[in-house]
Amino acid sequence: MEFLQPATWAEALQLKAVHPQAVPIQGGTDVMVELNFDRHRPEFLLDLSRVGELAQWAPENGHIRLGAGVTYARILTELSDRLPGLAMASRTVGSPQIRNRGTVGGNLGAASPAGDAHPALLAAFAQVEVESVSGLRQIPVAEFYTGVKRNALSPDELIKAVLITPPTGPQQFCKIGTRNAMVISVAAFGLALHPDRKAVGTGIGSAAPTPRRALEAERFLAQSLTDDGLWEFRGALPDATSRRFADLVADAASPIDDVRGTARYRVHSLSVMARRALIWAWNDFRRV
Amino acid sequence: MTAPTGPAGAPRGLSTQVTAGVGSSPRRPDGTPKVKGEFAYSSDMWMEDMIWGVTLRSPHPYARIRSIDIGAALAMPGVYAVLTHEDVPCSKFYGLEIVDQPVLAVDTVRYHGEPVALVAADHPEIARQATKSIRVDYDVYEPITDARLALGHPGWNQVHNAPGAVSELSRERAALHPQGNLVRHLKLRKGHSDPVADVVVGGEYEVGMQDQAFLGPESGLAVPTGDGGVELYVATQWLHVDQRQICAALGLSPEKVRLTLAGVGGAFGGREDLSMHVHACMLALHTGKPVKMVYNREESFFGHVHRHPAVMRFEHGADRAGTLIYVKAEIYLDGGAYASSTPAVVGNAGTMGIGPYIVPNVQVDAYGAYTNNPPCGAMRGFGSVQAAFAYEAQMDKLAAELGMDPVELRCRNALTEGSQAPTGQVIDSPAPVEELLRRLQAIQLPPQRNADADLRDLPGGVANTTHGEGVMRGVGYAVAYKNVGFSEGFDDYSTARVRLEAVAGEATVTVHTAAAEVGQGLVTVEQQIARTELGVHAVVVHPKDTQVGSGGSTSASRQTYVTGGAVKAACEKVRERALKAIRQRTGHATADLRLDSGKVISEREGVIGTLADLLGDEVIDETVEWHHRPTVAVDPETGQGFAHVQYAFSAHRAVVDVDTELGLVKVVALDCVQDVGKAVNPQAVVGQIQGGSAQGLGLAVMEEILISGGKIKNPSFTDYLIPTILDMPPMRIEVLEYADPHAPYGLRGVGEPPTISSGPAIVAAIRDATGLPLQRVPVRPEHITGT
Repeated sequence: MEFLQPATWAEALQLKAVHPQAVPIQGGTDVMVELNFDRHRPEFLLDLSRVGELAQWAPENGHIRLGAGVTYARILTELSDRLPGLAMASRTVGSPQIRNRGTVGGNLGAASPAGDAHPALLAAFAQVEVESVSGLRQIPVAEFYTGVKRNALSPDELIKAVLITPPTGPQQFCKIGTRNAMVISVAAFGLALHPDRKAVGTGIGSAAPTPRRALEAERFLAQSLTDDGLWEFRGALPDATSRRFADLVADAASPIDDVRGTARYRVHSLSVMARRALIWAWNDFRRV
Repeated sequence: MTAPTGPAGAPRGLSTQVTAGVGSSPRRPDGTPKVKGEFAYSSDMWMEDMIWGVTLRSPHPYARIRSIDIGAALAMPGVYAVLTHEDVPCSKFYGLEIVDQPVLAVDTVRYHGEPVALVAADHPEIARQATKSIRVDYDVYEPITDARLALGHPGWNQVHNAPGAVSELSRERAALHPQGNLVRHLKLRKGHSDPVADVVVGGEYEVGMQDQAFLGPESGLAVPTGDGGVELYVATQWLHVDQRQICAALGLSPEKVRLTLAGVGGAFGGREDLSMHVHACMLALHTGKPVKMVYNREESFFGHVHRHPAVMRFEHGADRAGTLIYVKAEIYLDGGAYASSTPAVVGNAGTMGIGPYIVPNVQVDAYGAYTNNPPCGAMRGFGSVQAAFAYEAQMDKLAAELGMDPVELRCRNALTEGSQAPTGQVIDSPAPVEELLRRLQAIQLPPQRNADADLRDLPGGVANTTHGEGVMRGVGYAVAYKNVGFSEGFDDYSTARVRLEAVAGEATVTVHTAAAEVGQGLVTVEQQIARTELGVHAVVVHPKDTQVGSGGSTSASRQTYVTGGAVKAACEKVRERALKAIRQRTGHATADLRLDSGKVISEREGVIGTLADLLGDEVIDETVEWHHRPTVAVDPETGQGFAHVQYAFSAHRAVVDVDTELGLVKVVALDCVQDVGKAVNPQAVVGQIQGGSAQGLGLAVMEEILISGGKIKNPSFTDYLIPTILDMPPMRIEVLEYADPHAPYGLRGVGEPPTISSGPAIVAAIRDATGLPLQRVPVRPEHITGT
């Protein structure tokens, strides 16, 4: 196994172009587990931890550009106000040690349906910025996940950043685990209200082959709020609306039974989380 | 008794200036290095020129081996040896109680992960890759994965009145072993065979397979000695029983197979059976080189026995006042592919199977079965844990049926000193079952949850699944007991060698036992006892090895009792000899001399002198083999007899908050009252109670090895969950000290009882919160939500 350690982004892209089979590694919280359990023996490891710009974030043209190498710990401490949904998700990642190493870029690279960042990114309509020697492109995060642990990257591309528009409305994130900390999600749900464009964003984790949005639920809720004039008046949310929303979120899932939980439980818990998250978000929205 | 030379990381003598004896809590001699990360665990050992051993394991739970081709593996550069069952020098089988487990699979594999071949190479990665080049041709069979079916009991058994039928049935069944699939059937028959009662409750219960989840994986270093023998540095629970089995497999005498305890990172029963012991020795003897073996976390799940899963059916009968009239129970324990300690686990589950209650009529049938599931054996609580989930659930059910308070019902039927256990054994030391419960009741309940509770105090924690919605509180009680030490006629003893001498002007004691320190603090207790008995400050604990007689197993909550007893007895002999020598030397004819604070003191004349001065060059060295009072094998037809040397009692009250819509549980409080006879080291006692309670909590709400078709589905700490600090609440603990007159210092074993009573209390609290029957542990979210 050869260990490639570029010092700059340009160098990283060059190396990836020459060695498209190289496995990128940043915090190592996924890749090292695979290596330690002898599940992979990649020919090349491409260590991105020396590429300083990946570990930066900055406001840019009305959104936050979050470098792929920013750790969950930093998102929690530095971005809780600007990226609340992602910060809530970051708080549920592993242990403090893991949060000090793990990154959103790593989550996207691994593209596990159980990745904690995904529901929050989906709900926030984030864009993934990827680059290769032949160019830069932005991919809506919902199109980034293409299959179980597969993503839209070409072999010569690397994840550079995530672009997220700071919220105009409340965000929530909930995750089921079978213990009270340090646990991989059995099911997760992200919600963002976007009152500026009268839209609703959702994200479902661990309940389908890929992280996914609950599009019907988003459309239904946005339309109901519009029809009832609630975006403007911020009145009480009808019980029937939150229940219908919860059902539609559950309908959007296509989970399996596995060691972490049953498909039925995943569907059920998603509906409970969706309803609770909506009520919390709506109550926040009314308070503003 | 010189410290051995050996590999780096091999244990050295532990020495500290103990400032206190029995009844105090001095610092443990290995505490500071452990906290600083300087303690060498078995996986840290290193030796010049050592090579690495790796095990090839069966991917199938049940298969015949047609052939094994090692050629390609052997040809790989860096590979020193590839061994199979053909290379096992002598006995190809081993076992704690029944010799039935192959050192390496001979012609059949009976569980997923069974060792088939070994590779030694100059790098662990090369060894691992080489195992992939070994070609094993398997003829795969359908595994037998249900203990009752393995015994030919398609339903709950009807053999109460025809006990002989069981083994007949099992022989008809596809037998996994020549003697059939029944490992043991324990029959308990007390009182009337067909009792009647006004109020009867029944239930079926199931307990999943728990793992010991020790943090230090199986590991050791085998060093050839040049004379055809081998030295093995290994993390284990019982050096001498390991040695016996290794000698049999290698065909070597005990003088040729020396064992030293390496740093042990937890055990909980999982190190009572052999793991890499014989394998490393075979590779070392074959290659002439030191061989290190370290399992990784995944392999560790295949590398040791687990807690027996159980299915149980209970029926309790009582009069309308709540006095128990009878208990009937059937307990099926899945022993997996090999016997391990299944016979003794069945013995405990059967004889201890109805809980610490006075019951005049008892019928218990406990069975241990062979299946193609992973082998099960010793784990903290040892058969009592499984039964307690059932009998305590039954007590709550009976209380509900009677309209009685569950604690009142338990107190009404509580075992007392002088009463009879179901074995007919009269309890001949304090049995404060009622007091434990009353004291628990008197501990203040935690306050109700705040409306603005921190997420970390709610079910689900920071995963933010509830802000109080759906959360219900419940309270549950449980009480349990455990036999201490080895039972049923086993000659249970420990050996201690104690040496007293003056070193650099200070009286110094060296304590040498083979009793394994696995993290519980026995080394501290050995120092405390020596200090109390010999009145010295400096006590060196010699490395644990086979150069002294057996210390017995570090299990069954027995080491402070039995090895503590041996150290005490050896110290008494040393003291006797020292005082005699001092009397002779000084001409003091008085018999009133005693040793204290490094001085020799006469009651009448005061200080005679320092012990160091008075000893001079004399070295006093005594070895004592100390046996606890004998027990007897129970009657095979009735289970009656003086089976257990001592009982230890604990009780828990659990308070839980349950998110009833999501099925998530937060244990809010888990308080415990336990009688320990005498707290030899009060801080360590509390540590045992906290740790044992956490392990019981784990089984109640999360810990389970999931098996499908005989295969382990979650061999990792990613998916085998153990409690974190956010799952385990701070505990309020009351320790009672009612001396057992038969035990050294009156002490009782401590380690296991809290593991037995904590889980049932938690499940009772979840039942209280949800109103659900919850007949299976661990309780999973979907059991609560019904989805």
